[in-house]
This record gives sequence, C-alpha cells and structure tokens, in this order.
Amino acid sequence: MDTPPSFGHAFSALLPAGQDRRQASTAGPTLNEIALSRRRFITASLAGSVLFALQGCGANAAPATVTRTFFSADEQRFIEAATARLIPGDSADPGALEAGVPRFIDLQLSGPFGRADRWYRQGPWSQGTEQQGYQLEETPAELYRKAIAAIDAYCREQHEGKSYAELPEAQQDQILHDLEDGKLTVKDVPVKAFFTLLLQNTQEGFLADPMYGGNRDFAGWNLIGFPGPRYNYVKEVRQYGQPYSLPTVGLQGRRDTGART
Amino acid sequence: MATRMKPVDVVLVGFGWTASIIAQELTEEGLQVLALERGADRATVPDFATTHIQDELKYAVRGGLFQAPVRETMSFRNTSDQVALPMRRLGSFRPGAGVGGAGVHWNGQTWRFLPDDFVMRSHVEERYGADFVPEDVTIQDWGVTYDELEPYYDRFEYLCGVSGKAGNLGGRTQAEGNPFEGARSREYPLPPLERSAGSLMFDKAARELGYHPFAAPAANASRPYKNPLGVQMGQCTYCGFCEWFGCGNYSKASPQTTILPVLLKKDNFSYRTGCDVTQVVLDNTGRKAKGVLYYDLEGREYEQPAQLVILCAYAQHNVHLLLLSGIGQPYDPVSDTGVTGRNYAYQITSSVDAFVDELINPYMGAGALGQAIDEFNGDNFDHGPEGFMGGGYIALWTTGGRPILQHRLPKGTPQWGSKWKKAMAENYLRSVSISTHGSVVSQRGAYLDLDPTYKDIYGKPLLRLTFDFHDNDLRMSDFLTGKAEGIAKAMKPRSINVKKRTGPYTIVPYQTTHNTGGAVMGDDPRTSVVNRYLQCWDVPNVFVVGACTFPQNHGYNPTGTVGALAFWAADAIRHQYLKRPGPLVQA
Repeated sequence: MDTPPSFGHAFSALLPAGQDRRQASTAGPTLNEIALSRRRFITASLAGSVLFALQGCGANAAPATVTRTFFSADEQRFIEAATARLIPGDSADPGALEAGVPRFIDLQLSGPFGRADRWYRQGPWSQGTEQQGYQLEETPAELYRKAIAAIDAYCREQHEGKSYAELPEAQQDQILHDLEDGKLTVKDVPVKAFFTLLLQNTQEGFLADPMYGGNRDFAGWNLIGFPGPRYNYVKEVRQYGQPYSLPTVGLQGRRDTGART
Repeated sequence: MATRMKPVDVVLVGFGWTASIIAQELTEEGLQVLALERGADRATVPDFATTHIQDELKYAVRGGLFQAPVRETMSFRNTSDQVALPMRRLGSFRPGAGVGGAGVHWNGQTWRFLPDDFVMRSHVEERYGADFVPEDVTIQDWGVTYDELEPYYDRFEYLCGVSGKAGNLGGRTQAEGNPFEGARSREYPLPPLERSAGSLMFDKAARELGYHPFAAPAANASRPYKNPLGVQMGQCTYCGFCEWFGCGNYSKASPQTTILPVLLKKDNFSYRTGCDVTQVVLDNTGRKAKGVLYYDLEGREYEQPAQLVILCAYAQHNVHLLLLSGIGQPYDPVSDTGVTGRNYAYQITSSVDAFVDELINPYMGAGALGQAIDEFNGDNFDHGPEGFMGGGYIALWTTGGRPILQHRLPKGTPQWGSKWKKAMAENYLRSVSISTHGSVVSQRGAYLDLDPTYKDIYGKPLLRLTFDFHDNDLRMSDFLTGKAEGIAKAMKPRSINVKKRTGPYTIVPYQTTHNTGGAVMGDDPRTSVVNRYLQCWDVPNVFVVGACTFPQNHGYNPTGTVGALAFWAADAIRHQYLKRPGPLVQA
C-alpha cells in the first residue's frame, strides 16, 4: 500500500483555516466571492497546472496519471470499483466510472465538505437516537479513509488476500448490500454510515454540474433528460408534452469542462 | 471589555424580511436605524447571477446560503427524558444567514392564514366543545384577528408583487380563486403564473373529485412589476432554481428585490454584517433594554446602545436571545408555567408521488408555481367525526427538476445499481408529486430552553429543542395524505408512492423551515412573551418579530403572515409607541 496524500489538502494551501471568518467582515470579499475563488481554483486544478505544484509532483510526472488530491492509490481502486457497482455503466451507457464520479469524490473530500467545515464539532460525543442525526466524530474525509481501509482489510481476510477492487462484481455487490443492510460491521468503524455517504456522494457526482469533476460529458443529465441549468423557459413552459429541443448545457457552457486531466 | 459604539435610536437584530420591513417603516419617522446581521453581505449582482447561482450541489446540497452549524446550532431531543444532542449539520430545517435572511432562498409561497386560525382555541371550543382539545395541547388565540391584519397582508403582497387569483373579494366568492380564504380588500397585484403540465393534471383530477383547485399565491412575478416603493421586478423565467437559491432575475420577492434599493439609500439607515448578537442588555431594573452586545468575526465584543431593540432574527434565534438575556420567565413544562420557549411548533408534511405516461419537463418551474386545494385546511371541514384539530393544504408544486434532490422513483426501486439507473432514466421526466402541508398544535412537551452541556463558539449555551409530533397531528397528516392519494389516483398514473409522515419526529431529512413559537403573542402575560403588537410584556422597549410569535402553527407557509405581522408591529411603533413610549397594552 502506498502512503495516502496528507490531510493538508490543496484548498487549505490557498485558504488557511479560518479564512472564511476573517474575509466575511464588511471590509473583505463576501463568502460568495471566496466560494467563487474556490471554484476558479477547482477549474484551474482540473486543468492540471496548479495541482502539480500543490502536490509537489515533479516535472517528470505524467499529466494523465495525476488525478487524485485526496485518495491513495489503494483508496482510488476501491472507489472506482465501488462507484462502478453503485451506478454501473459502459462506454455506450456511461455509469459512475465513465462519468468521472471518483474524481468528483476525490475533489469533494479535499475541500470544505471533506473537512466538515460547516458542521458543529464540539463534544461531548454520543451516539444518541436515530432521530438525533449524524453524531460521528469523523469528518467525511476521515470516515472515507477509515472505512475503506477497514472494508479492504475485511475483504483480504475473507477472500484470500484480495482487496475489494480485486473481487468479482457479484461479490462486490454483495458487500455493498451487506454494508447497506448493516450486516457487515467492523469494530469501531461506522461502515454503514460510510455506505450512506458514499452512495450520496456517488449520486451527487453523477448528477452535479460537470465543473465539479463528475457528470462528465453530461452523462448523468443525459440519462435522465435534464437539459442543465438553463435560464429561460417562458415560451416552453406552455408547450405541454413537447420534448425540450436545445442541447444540454452546464454552468461553464457546452464545451468539454476539462474534468479529465 | 466590550467596545461601546455610538448610540442609535433603533437596533435591529438580523437583516432579513422582518428587519427590512421594520427598517423601511421606522426610517420614515426619521429615526436612526441600525441592523446587525450575523451573515455576509449579499446582493442580486454579483451574488445571485445566473452565471453561477443555478448550482444545485453548492446551494441546495451543501447549503451555501444557510446558517452554518459550526457557528450556530441547537441541540435536539424528542422528549424531556432524553439527553439532547447537537444538530451537527442541517437537516429537517435550513435557516438562512446573510443579508436578506431566508427571504433570499425561499420559494415564494405567500399565503394568508384563515380567519379561524387567529382564534383557534375559542373557535374549536365553541364548535366542538372544550373537551375536544386534549389536556396537553396549549393552543391559544393570537390576540390579533384576521380582519385587523388584512391591510397588512395586503401591504406585504403588494410589496412582493404576489401572483395569484383572489377567491374572496370583500365577502364575494370569485371563480378560480380559493373559496375558503378570508375576505380580501382587493385582487392580487399580479395574475397567476403560467401553469405547469403537472399542475394542469392536478387541477383536472381535483375538479373531477368535486374540489375547488386554484393557483397557489406566488411571490414569483408573473409579469414585470413595480412595487409601491418604486422598485422594479422582472418577469419570472421559470428556470426552476428558487428554493435554496437567490434569484438572479429580480423575479422572486426578497428584501433585495423589493426594499433594499430604497432603504440602503437612506442616510438614517445603516447595517453591519458578520455581527453575532449574543444578548439584549437590560438596565438594573430589568424592565428596560439599553442595547445589545455583539461579536464581530474577529471575536471582538461590542455594546451597541439603542432606545429600541427589535429582534428580527430567525424564529429560534430570537428565542435563544431572549433566554440568554433573561427576558420573560423561561417555560417550565412540568408546572406549565413561564413563557419564554413555550409553544414551539413546526409543520407536518407528507407527499404522494405519481408516475405518469405524460412528458412533464419538471425542470421548467418556479418556487411557488402550484395548484392547490384548501378543502381540508383549518376548520374548512367538520372535524367532529375525525377527532383531531387542524389541517393543511394539498398542492402539486412544480418548483423545479434539480437532478440530485428532485428526482422521484417508484416504490420498491433499489437505491443503487442498474435497476436504480434504469428507473432514473424512465421516471425523471414523467413523475409529479402532490404534497400536504399540515398544521402542528402547540403542546406542553414541545418547547425551547438552554442546553446544560453544549456551547456555541462564544461559550454560551446552545438552544435546546424538545419536540415530537403530537398524536393529533400524525392523525391529521394521515387524513390529509389519504386525500392527496385520492387526487393522485384520479390522475390515472402508472403507479403512485405514498410517503406518509410517521413519528417520532426526526431532525435528519429535510421537512420544512417553518419553525414557530417560543416567544408567542397573546392577550395574557402568563401565556405569552409579547402582546398583540409584538412588544415584550416585561421589557416594553423590546419588540420581537417573526414566526416565533405564532401561538401554534397553521396549515400554510408562514412568510405571508410573518410579513403582515412585521408591518402591523411597525405601524404600532410608528403611530402609538413613538408618541408615548411604554407598554401599548396594560397587563
């Protein structure tokens, strides 16, 4: 197993912890402006250049292989295998893998979502009732890291040293079902909560705007028939039963969004 | 040591709908008014521009415009014998933060409560007998009537450019409107929005069943509109990104699109963002407020002196401030005494999804584009045989077709895998949802107080919410859901999926941001925090505005009533309080 990239992720290099609070004073840029700068950063990182500098990649690193800001190589293999089962596909009928969902999740876990920047995280910590909601101490990034290691360890123990990604699809499906149903448990690792989060993030990556790295070539939107965030349906809203004819568009237009490196 | 700021006449806590209305009104009297907003500054341009605002992940899923629990949250439990735990991330409800408040990210569903709602206790007892109200239910009359509030509802609707069709003009029933509504003094400022394919299906099915469907009132402008302040709004383009988003087209009413262009030009108005107000400061008699304490984003503390303090923050936030400031006796559910935190209520929602053959194009929508029936709201039907109080509207809304959160799948569809994918492809464009929007009674077991364990970033105790649905409301919701199911079946769909609301109440899935009570209004200081003019009984130079003053929650979205009450309170301050500062009602 290789060493995972550190938790000092790409975004924090640009935005030190606490930046939001300072910047939100009346003198500085608004939160939205910060968010915009984050987006510009994502876009830039997708193009590849900034990412190299932040990851400390050498000049010899081949651009095509640099696709991760959070996951280790092992974690990446797990995520690719698992998301491909959650939303299966092939080149003719793209699923999570073809749509770039692993890339989306990797970027999300590197950012404010992965760090749980907006969550209340003071103790004491207690499990509580189902009605009281998420009470885990782990941030999403920590939960992914912990749970993937635990599930891979479980797979190796049960299946002759094979990791999750090395198992046949039917066994991969069974493990996901067992996680979902709470049948597969690991001591001190909330793997069911991880499954819930993984499924949520996988669907997000399939259906969010392509600028976040998933939904590549509008794979998710084309599947369901969403034409993208278009602005004006004043005429079409009355054309009952008629299909909408204009092509799919994203917030960055119709061009290839550069989600691939 | 707090830095003392230059005194003002009026300090407003929060800068959303109610603060904007109060500020606009009180600055007309020449008063120096200051609003303190915890969130960021926001304007239509550049913050809500359509080049970036239609981003479902950032705003709807990650909640870009909402209160962040890291800065402010509350703890929650269902019952008094449980240990409350903090709401670590938003779920069941999503209060806004920033200039404009939740008025930026709402849908624009702008209703009036029914005349009977304002006298719920006396009306129910008169029609069904005192025994009809369960012993632990603490519903009460508002202390203000529909007729008194009517001119103020009218002002809010004309401020917002509400699109709709009157059902009752001066007592005369109007075709195509809601025949159950209270009498209006005039027609809505704008005609209804265009119908969606789904709302036409609902309309047809409801008529076949003998109901009286009508276009739901929408603060999404169906035509270009100039409001009485001279502020221009643009025609809605049905882009389907209202709720959770700011409107980039000046079509959805918000403080930014209706009041701020006028208010922000006034020399006697100012506002500061990034200011967390933590306390109303009282003098040594405890009967007069001297101003407020707040922190800026650097954690520096300030004292802002003011002659008049008006709490205009989100419902529970206002109650939190009252508790932290020692205003009003905290409610004790055991002895059923005290007022502050008493009568917290919510709303109870459910839905019936219908999967149809017709192409729906759900993404062409608007936040308040819907067709509704009101036969089962309030006391519009005989509750005697049903044995419960309250009701709600049933509506088919076409708010948009945002793919992550607004897709619907037939009952029994797996959560993932190839069958999930196939169902997504088959149903996204060919499904609709009928929702019910039900009232919630106030009860002894539902209240707000201070948490003994968990603290906010300033070391102050979190607000603690104790709440579960009363059996009355669960039975009422089942009744409504059954009626919605009937309409769904009359649409002759391929299949339906009935999503009942079951107890216990949970803080997790989103339900509605319609939290009410905790600082309720009324005629009796023993059962209310504020009088009929929203003035604190105990501290007459403190007013509390917003849904926290509702004595219980009724079967409509609250913003119309919140707006009307803000105009009503502002009028009382302008025309009564300023002439003779002191209690407007003698206890």
